[in-house]
Amino acid sequence: MWHHLAQLLKYRGLIQSLVSRELKARYRGSALGIFWSFGNPLLLLLIYTLVFNYFMERGDNLQPYTLFLCCGLLPWTWFAASLNEASGSLVSGGNLIKKVLFPAEVLPIVSVLANMVHFLLALPILAAFLVYYAYADQAAGLAEPRVALHAAELIWLPLVVLVQLVLTTGLALALAALTAHYRDVRDILANLLTFWFFATPIIYSWRAASSLKLVLDLNPFTHLAVSYQEILFHPQNAFGHLWWLLALAGASVLVFLGGYWLFDRLRDSFAEVV
Amino acid sequence: MSTPVGSRAPAIELANVSKIYRRYGARHFATLKSALMQRSILQDLKPEETFQALTDVSMCVPAGCTMGLVGRNGSGKSTALKLVAGITKPTTGSVIVRGRISALIELGAGFHPEISGRENVFINGIMLGLTKREIERRFDEIVEFAELKDFIDEPVKSYSSGMYMRLGFAVATHVDPDVLLVDEVLAVGDEGFTHKCLDKFGDFKRRGKTILLVTHSLNLVERFCDEAVWLDAGRKRLDGDPKRVIDAYISDVERDEEKFLAASDEKAQHEVVQAPPAETAPAPPPTVDDPTSDMMKASEGRWGSRQVEILDVALLDRAGQPAHVFHSGDPMIVRLAIRAEQPVDDCVFGVALFNAEGTCVYGTNTEIDSIETQSLTGDAQVTVSFQALELVEGTYKIDVAAHKRDGVPYDYHRLLHTFRIKSRTQDVGIYRPRHEWTFDGGVRVTPKL
Repeated sequence: MWHHLAQLLKYRGLIQSLVSRELKARYRGSALGIFWSFGNPLLLLLIYTLVFNYFMERGDNLQPYTLFLCCGLLPWTWFAASLNEASGSLVSGGNLIKKVLFPAEVLPIVSVLANMVHFLLALPILAAFLVYYAYADQAAGLAEPRVALHAAELIWLPLVVLVQLVLTTGLALALAALTAHYRDVRDILANLLTFWFFATPIIYSWRAASSLKLVLDLNPFTHLAVSYQEILFHPQNAFGHLWWLLALAGASVLVFLGGYWLFDRLRDSFAEVV
Repeated sequence: MSTPVGSRAPAIELANVSKIYRRYGARHFATLKSALMQRSILQDLKPEETFQALTDVSMCVPAGCTMGLVGRNGSGKSTALKLVAGITKPTTGSVIVRGRISALIELGAGFHPEISGRENVFINGIMLGLTKREIERRFDEIVEFAELKDFIDEPVKSYSSGMYMRLGFAVATHVDPDVLLVDEVLAVGDEGFTHKCLDKFGDFKRRGKTILLVTHSLNLVERFCDEAVWLDAGRKRLDGDPKRVIDAYISDVERDEEKFLAASDEKAQHEVVQAPPAETAPAPPPTVDDPTSDMMKASEGRWGSRQVEILDVALLDRAGQPAHVFHSGDPMIVRLAIRAEQPVDDCVFGVALFNAEGTCVYGTNTEIDSIETQSLTGDAQVTVSFQALELVEGTYKIDVAAHKRDGVPYDYHRLLHTFRIKSRTQDVGIYRPRHEWTFDGGVRVTPKL
């Protein structure tokens, strides 16, 4: 396992070119091309804002709600899309595994990384919202601006992204390996992700939830979402979620090693089952 | 086992390799458990849930050698190639390959249809183990070889299958492998492409690279390989000199065909025996004198009054043994066992040969050959000998009949007996007149290897 893990470094050129292939192929033939990397999350945000600001009454005072949503929704999209694509990656890349000598773990990793690029490309949307609300509040002359930019807290952002990357990759490897053997995993996953989304404080606040707090706290994505929100949405408070995040970082490394172990154990059978 | 790479060390070594595949049934969970615990998905399976693709195969390909792998479909050739390529692992035994491998298993397997040929060349090259810079250096050569200069920036999905394969082949061979694995890729592609591939292989050979070639084209193996291995049902049957291996393989295939034809003959005759007897047979039978009438409609069958019955039809080879497979130019004897319950004096025996398209190759009878049957009583044997079947390779059927001089049949066997002509030359047509070439004047020829 360690040997294979070390070997993975040799394949970074391959991973890099496969990720760029994935991105190029994704928008090839569409008129708006790379714009969809902004367009998709923007439209998604619009829909959620519409539903939760206008169609439904919310009992909290999360304002501006669009910015709050943005903090959780963009990372979630990366997470969910990565797992969905990774779980099918060995099956759809079967030709490579069967016909070319090829380290199979590259495929789920490419799924995760390609979606991470989409996530990073969508970050300017978040930045634009931040800047817009900051100026709007200043112009309105609010005594206590709802939004403020604290550069000091932004330095934690790469750490959050890194933890999410490790966690997602670990899960992606395990799911890819299992899906190769049991195609049911993909369908179970699709439904599980829907539930998971609502069991994560993305459209509501972590602080507001009370009755099922334990469930929320055990959900690893809670701590990622809350970390993003604390850094970007509640910058006036100190980054109080840091300890949760560090604990999650440790857990993510374990998830990654577990996922890789599972993948490595099943590796030899992939060429036969996909 | 890591031996230092030396020029004398064999490039490919398989030692007692067995490969067992699982068959697909419902038992999934037991195998996942053993996959995790014992690292094998086969541990918990009963023998009937597995399939043994290779059994205890050992072979050794010296560096610089071109090895041909022959065998029937399903004999384990492709499995062996995949093991050498490292795509699958042997269940038991060990596989050692020294040097960089490039596997031509499916050309362009890694291509992504949506992106351009250029980008695919880079990605495919990286998959095959080149660095970006190495690909840049070889890029023009690759494109030129693939003859795709004008299309290299088009998405691969717009390529014809020929273009696709040419590009795949070009990339895989320009990886500059030490060991090249080729699986039947020459079966596709047009004449020109095939020649180009062969030239490229020749080039590899000259540069002392090792090639492992899986193909059904025995000519190619004989012409091109230094050694050959014959795999049969997952076991190694024979290895060594290609000519010897191929001859052994061909005669084994012929024995099999012989068995198959004998069985199908028997089946055809059995079915006819079950069919309604003579008098009720409806079709107005064509006669041997005019065997081309109704040729296209003709299907196998048996009819006639059976006053004279053909009890048995045997095709015999030069040794007088029953046979179904003959070589072009071999003699063939057709022996009919005849029985007439009542004495008959009006009887003609006929025989006709048809090729697979239903064309009558030759037909004759005792009347045509000016022989008159004076009388026929009880059991008799009628034999017609063909001194040499000067026919091209193919499957032939034979009609035999006993009928009255006016054509009314006693017993007519329509296309019930089959034989095969095998030939090492690939001439075309039906009939092979004996021939030879001579050259005079300003022309020089050498026999092709």
